[in-house]
Amino acid sequence: MIGKFIRTALGMVLAIGIGSSSFAGEVEVLHYWTSGGEARSVAELKRLLEARGHTWKDMAVAGGGGESAATVLKSRVLAGNPPTAAQIKGPSIQEWGDEDVLASLNSVAEKNKWDDLLPRVVADVMKYDGDYVAVPVNVHRVNWMWVNPAVFEKAGATIPTTWDEFFVAADKIKAAGLIPVAHGGQAWQDATVFESVVLATGGAEFYRKAFVNLDSAALNSDTMVKSFETLRKIKSYTDKDAPGRDWNLATSMVINGKAGMQFMGDWAKGEFTAAGKAPGKDYECLPAPGTAGAFTFNIDSFIIFEGDDESSEAREAFAATIMEPEFQEVFNLNKGSIPARLNMPRDKFDSCAHDSMDTFVSSAKEGTLVPSMAHGMSTYGSVQGAIYDVVTEFYNSDTSATDAAKKLASGVQASRY
Amino acid sequence: MSRVTQNKTEPGNRRRSFGDFIEASLPKLVVAPTFVITLIFIYGYIFLNGWLSFTKSRMLPKYKWAGTIQYERLFDNDRWWVAAKNLAIFGGLFIVICLALGLLLAILLDQRVRAEGAIRTIYLYPMALSFIVTGTAWKWILNPGLGLEKLVRDLGFESFSFDWLVDPEMAIYTVVIAGVWQASGFVMALFLAGLRGVDDSIIKAAQVDGASLPKIYWRIIIPSLRPVFFSALIILTHIAIKSFDLVIALTGGGPGYASDVPATFMYTFAFTRGQVGLGAASSMMMLAAVAAIIVPYLYSELRGKNHD
Repeated sequence: MIGKFIRTALGMVLAIGIGSSSFAGEVEVLHYWTSGGEARSVAELKRLLEARGHTWKDMAVAGGGGESAATVLKSRVLAGNPPTAAQIKGPSIQEWGDEDVLASLNSVAEKNKWDDLLPRVVADVMKYDGDYVAVPVNVHRVNWMWVNPAVFEKAGATIPTTWDEFFVAADKIKAAGLIPVAHGGQAWQDATVFESVVLATGGAEFYRKAFVNLDSAALNSDTMVKSFETLRKIKSYTDKDAPGRDWNLATSMVINGKAGMQFMGDWAKGEFTAAGKAPGKDYECLPAPGTAGAFTFNIDSFIIFEGDDESSEAREAFAATIMEPEFQEVFNLNKGSIPARLNMPRDKFDSCAHDSMDTFVSSAKEGTLVPSMAHGMSTYGSVQGAIYDVVTEFYNSDTSATDAAKKLASGVQASRY
Repeated sequence: MSRVTQNKTEPGNRRRSFGDFIEASLPKLVVAPTFVITLIFIYGYIFLNGWLSFTKSRMLPKYKWAGTIQYERLFDNDRWWVAAKNLAIFGGLFIVICLALGLLLAILLDQRVRAEGAIRTIYLYPMALSFIVTGTAWKWILNPGLGLEKLVRDLGFESFSFDWLVDPEMAIYTVVIAGVWQASGFVMALFLAGLRGVDDSIIKAAQVDGASLPKIYWRIIIPSLRPVFFSALIILTHIAIKSFDLVIALTGGGPGYASDVPATFMYTFAFTRGQVGLGAASSMMMLAAVAAIIVPYLYSELRGKNHD
């Protein structure tokens, strides 16, 4: 009888214990934000989540582009032990959705009205088969041009807004003995410049046809040939040591006044800020020539894996916290991007961020908000890789522009499944 | 006497032969775990990889048979042929130069020079570095704006140019330079050991016959180093095929993909681009290339040994 009493008491205690712990779950997060500003931002998310009573288990895998993180994630999913959330972006979200391992975030999305807070283009990236499976953290703009006005003054050139003006200005800078364009000769940087050229040469519709719909006629068109020719002309304004150079070393060339311009996304702003430079005075941020009013986006996001019911509260809290204004503001101030959430207060952000935010909203309305090909937002990794190969091979050899366009069309078709 | 012997052997016979059995099979027992592990983790996974190369695997492995589409895709891929050509160039030059340089250094060191221990250590030291360190250091040395070219130009030779690192045609040869620098010391050590093992009496006999030193080396000593050539070749081949980290650190695949090798190709396609099937096909091709060279060589060398 006493035994039965003890057993019942034990059972009750255990039930209460388990019952109470289901409200405080553990969230294991796999990400690759390990450098200074990024790590601070992740720490902020951890703090906010823990303030809600959940625990954060960090799984940081260093490696800027997230390649190592993706490999670790694949091995964990194969082992049947996925983390709660992982930092995955773009069409990879669709690839993971195909594997049937993601949890639906529709309940959180409806409660917090995500459909109203995100532009349609962005929300579509976060959805698989109509259900929300990912939550966006920030919005990077890729089609920026970073300019050192002092270099332009020295050369007597005007900052260009079209590609024709660009060639005039670049000639003047070259004549003054300085480097017109700071560039790092790596495949992704070649592709970043190329996609801005394509956007300027063909417009947003053409860009979408070529890089989102992967239409062969668009890929092997005269517009594409013209874009390749412009790319080659840009190359003549870079210096000889460009191959293999990292992007931040190219940015420092602009900071130090050795070069006049760099075509890079808004993460370059962090370099200027870290060097103590002020926008409008020491550097200018402008849309790449010919892409004013267009916005090439690169959105970091987290996907959330299916798990047991006990930790569903923690999962939903994680997703909800990311979309909240507090986190969005702190994270993006630290990282140099703009919040994914619309209509945020903007007093803490600088002028370049304001420009970004305005263009984000206006381009969504006008249909000039396009996903970045070079940063894995418009196509699968295999297709993006095929485009990289053609662009970087063209950049580093004397292949003709017409041959490059042909190779682009055939390479893209070969890499699609 | 015989009765005692019989008594001893009858019950003891079984125990002794059990002990004998243990003794005879002890080596096999000790080697068995390693053998099983090798069988599963090396040959088993080679088979798994081969299977994957016949599937449509993309980001995660799928095991449904899909025929030879991955191989067709592979052979249609420009970048693969660049990588294969680079491996032939790099592998060939690396092995030949390492063997020649290693042998030369070993012969020179064998002449009983004074500071032989110190010199040997200096030449052997690069082997202790990881390929990443070698690649990074040589990247700085060969960088036109920072390294050798700038140094010589600062010394006064304005028109000196050594920009192989950024030249798509020549980038693969810089990988050869860095690789040879790293591995030739090791080959030298192998050959030195082999040279020291050569029988003195043969050399003395040749000298008595009036043979000159170069002739002695060419006719007698080098042929007797055949086993060392064999070992050095195996080791160098595996380093050459495996040279993923050297290429990544030194050129990152070269301007564009001009210095890509099958190892970096496989990594890029299988892991970065989520085309596991294609990556598996490329690594099976790497295996086939290595097997095509090593297996006949192995066969001829070991068969020769059995004959003797």
